[in-house]
Amino acid sequence: MEHSESVRVPIGPQHPALKEPASFMLTLSGEKILHAGVRLGYNHRGIEKACEQRSYIQDLYLVERICGICSHSHATCFCQAVEELAGVEPPKRALYIRTLVAELERIHSHLLWLGVAGHEIGFDTLLMYAWRDREIVMDLLALLTGNRVNYGINTFGGVRRDITPEHKEAVLRGIDKLEERTKYYISVATEETTLIERLCGVGLLSHDDAIRLGAVGPTGRASSVKRDVRRDDPYAAYGELDFNVITDDHNDVYGRTLVRVGELMESYKMIRQLLSNMPDGPIAVKVPRKILAGEVVSRYEAPRGEDMHYVKSNGTEKPERVKVRAPTLANVQAVAHMLKDRYLADMPIVVAAIDPCFSCTDRIIAVADARDRRAGVMTWGQLRAYGIEWYRRRGTDFSRLNRAFSPAEGD
Amino acid sequence: MSQEETIQKRLTANFPSLQEKIRVQRARRLFAEVPRESLHDVLGFAVKDMQFTILCAITGLDEGGSLGAIYHLAREDGVMLNVRTSVPKEQPILQTVTGLFPAAEAYERELVDLMGFQVQGLPEGPRYPLPDDWPPNQFPLRKDWKPEARQTTAGAGEV
Repeated sequence: MEHSESVRVPIGPQHPALKEPASFMLTLSGEKILHAGVRLGYNHRGIEKACEQRSYIQDLYLVERICGICSHSHATCFCQAVEELAGVEPPKRALYIRTLVAELERIHSHLLWLGVAGHEIGFDTLLMYAWRDREIVMDLLALLTGNRVNYGINTFGGVRRDITPEHKEAVLRGIDKLEERTKYYISVATEETTLIERLCGVGLLSHDDAIRLGAVGPTGRASSVKRDVRRDDPYAAYGELDFNVITDDHNDVYGRTLVRVGELMESYKMIRQLLSNMPDGPIAVKVPRKILAGEVVSRYEAPRGEDMHYVKSNGTEKPERVKVRAPTLANVQAVAHMLKDRYLADMPIVVAAIDPCFSCTDRIIAVADARDRRAGVMTWGQLRAYGIEWYRRRGTDFSRLNRAFSPAEGD
Repeated sequence: MSQEETIQKRLTANFPSLQEKIRVQRARRLFAEVPRESLHDVLGFAVKDMQFTILCAITGLDEGGSLGAIYHLAREDGVMLNVRTSVPKEQPILQTVTGLFPAAEAYERELVDLMGFQVQGLPEGPRYPLPDDWPPNQFPLRKDWKPEARQTTAGAGEV
């Protein structure tokens, strides 16, 4: 009977929960989701194909732009692959600096998530607080690397900037402040009844399902899947650090929140170890432009879970093949399962709780060709004229209003 | 004997045809070349008897006359077994591995869309990652595919 009354509701590609496109086709019976289908691919930019047509060093900057949030993850993962192919070992100090930036990135990403999660459940104070505190780590990243996003700290054979004693002091000061704030968030997460009630039992993913569906990162760890590439397949300086892999057995969005705030505390711990044990020495070694033929698989624990790069070299200065598997593609397959038999109102927070990143997931394919590029790039004036014309043809004429409001013609 | 050599030994003991076909690249990284006929047996054995329960991804390769697929398997202790198989380009048929790894669905759809594999047994569902109006027989990650080949259909009449 319920099926006969079911309604299909398309949600997306432009999305209520996210700033990125993904399309969900929900079959509803009343408020209940009977079936959820996910359609991805809207963020396809042809990065894998583009990598084959550019040199390794150009590719490094390209893969760093796969994602604006975990850009260091992709850059480091790719560097590791190319260094292994070239048979080059970066100096220890470089590995420590890479790891330092990696953990700072995790902090900014988890704080960003905490804010988004707050927003999705109507707790906007949490969004304001978390994002205000996130500025501390954003400033630190800018101080160390020169950039707030796409840090550009990596190069093949090491890193491009050294850290000074002043940097070290600033990072320690920032971390102290953030640790204090994170303790506050932990008390919010464990004591604030509204938050607990809203998140408990929402977006359930049992331990067995998490393993079966291949969930990674905090999404898996919140279902007691104790997997973390930093511990299991250590890279950079992680083999020399003392840290815990945070897991939780709530199996729901609440568990995913606890795992992420718990991981923040571990990151502060790791950063202090990195700074006090930072070895002296050079920060990079030379890597030849042409990379020896071979194939490697590099793994990296990004803030959202395991990132994997496969790189195949043919002995030239351009790779034969670059394959990227970002964590969201592994997790999004669990989302459809989490939504089933749940309420429609839970959908935004359930989707947000895997901390999806569709630009990471959808990287690959179609490189814009010359013809497309001509058609695709518009000046601001052309775009404006196109928009006005588009609406005019549909019966809405903005031209009079535009004249009234626009400061100067043709800007 | 290192754990990687143990894995190599066990695989060749069960699949004598893999002699000389498994290489230990470094700690925690093994690569194996497996003929299409025994792919499922090898994957099944790795999953059920050797705890390679994680499928990280499937990489498609254009090898000129053939298409290659690498199944990146991993164990909880960080050891990766990368199983590669090749199929002729005229008949690029693979059997689905969703029976072993339900999450393989997205990776197999990528193989279909981008490399032009035919994956038998793949459940019905939306394509990934290309748009619905992408022209047939255009496989962007094949080496001979050039962006100029793309017939722009999307948005063409939208002015």
